[in-house]
Amino acid sequence: MGEVIVITSGKGGVGKTTTTANIGTGLALAGHKVVLIDTDIGLRNLDVVMGLENRIVYDLVDVVEGVCRVKQALIKDKRYEGLYLLPAAQTRDKTSVTPEQMINLINELKTEFDYIIVDCPAGIEQGFKNAIAGANRAIVITTPEVSAVRDADRIVGLLEANELRNPKLIINRVRIDMVKRGDMMSIDDIIDILAIDLIGVVPDDEKIVISTNRGEPAVNDDKSLAGQAYRNITKRIQGEEVPILNLETDDSIFSKFKKMLGFKTT
Amino acid sequence: MLIDFSKIFGRSKPSKDVAKERLQLVLIHDRANVSPEFLEMVKGEIIKVIQHYMEIDENALDIQLTRTKSDEGDRIVPALVANIPIKSVKNAGK
Repeated sequence: MGEVIVITSGKGGVGKTTTTANIGTGLALAGHKVVLIDTDIGLRNLDVVMGLENRIVYDLVDVVEGVCRVKQALIKDKRYEGLYLLPAAQTRDKTSVTPEQMINLINELKTEFDYIIVDCPAGIEQGFKNAIAGANRAIVITTPEVSAVRDADRIVGLLEANELRNPKLIINRVRIDMVKRGDMMSIDDIIDILAIDLIGVVPDDEKIVISTNRGEPAVNDDKSLAGQAYRNITKRIQGEEVPILNLETDDSIFSKFKKMLGFKTT
Repeated sequence: MLIDFSKIFGRSKPSKDVAKERLQLVLIHDRANVSPEFLEMVKGEIIKVIQHYMEIDENALDIQLTRTKSDEGDRIVPALVANIPIKSVKNAGK
């Protein structure tokens, strides 16, 4: 039976879709059979981030309404063996799907796939409830900003209330130069506040913009630091122990401050 | 401008510390999704019980809902944290 992981954040624009694309692609590269589900009905984006927007025929709402079979709606990513996308509907809204329908759909997919990665919409309403309905693991994304951390905290509470225990945290768009100046909360600061386990730190990386422009996930880019961070997260999801990425890219005199700033390679 | 100036002379604290403190405060309220009346009731009862044994500073008493890791460390549980300053301990118990 496959693992069902929901990628959520509360706040919009912190990198849920990018993370879903990269983790999914990373798991497929590791040899797993993976399906990505975009549950952001009305505001679908995982298709463009994945570069699969021209291949959509059916979508999530078509599947739950019985317009087509699940297999007909799954888009096979020809670049990565074992990677599939179930796109959201663009011209409907969140109420077109119920949590019960999501559970049924996921139960069907579970028999076929090793990993089902669910991209959750922003917010805590119907779309969130649909996205978490069938999940057995949750990853919460935040950035080192007060608004994103506050929303992440709310999401952690809601996940716990919905029996999704022990969610894991990804801190996205960390700028080590700002952390050093004391103008950005450090990894330790954020973990202090949220009190959940860290599963990855992703640096702010121009290459993410470039890879999104091209529709090619950065996890497959050897030169991208964010890509490396996503490769590490992928390994941790599979149960491997990998040290948190050292975000120092130069051998500056600042490197000795790393420990103080919480970037220990532990 | 004022803030920038004080920063140059190293008097203001780093903005990330301001962020962290503000977050910690706002989250105390976010997390306590019980009504203030409920907390007041709990507070009143706690005071009553403790007053049997010791004299406490009622005005400085602070009680709030927060979250903490469970003993097994595998989940987050709500925690009721009370800070109760003691003025003196009564001898009645001896």
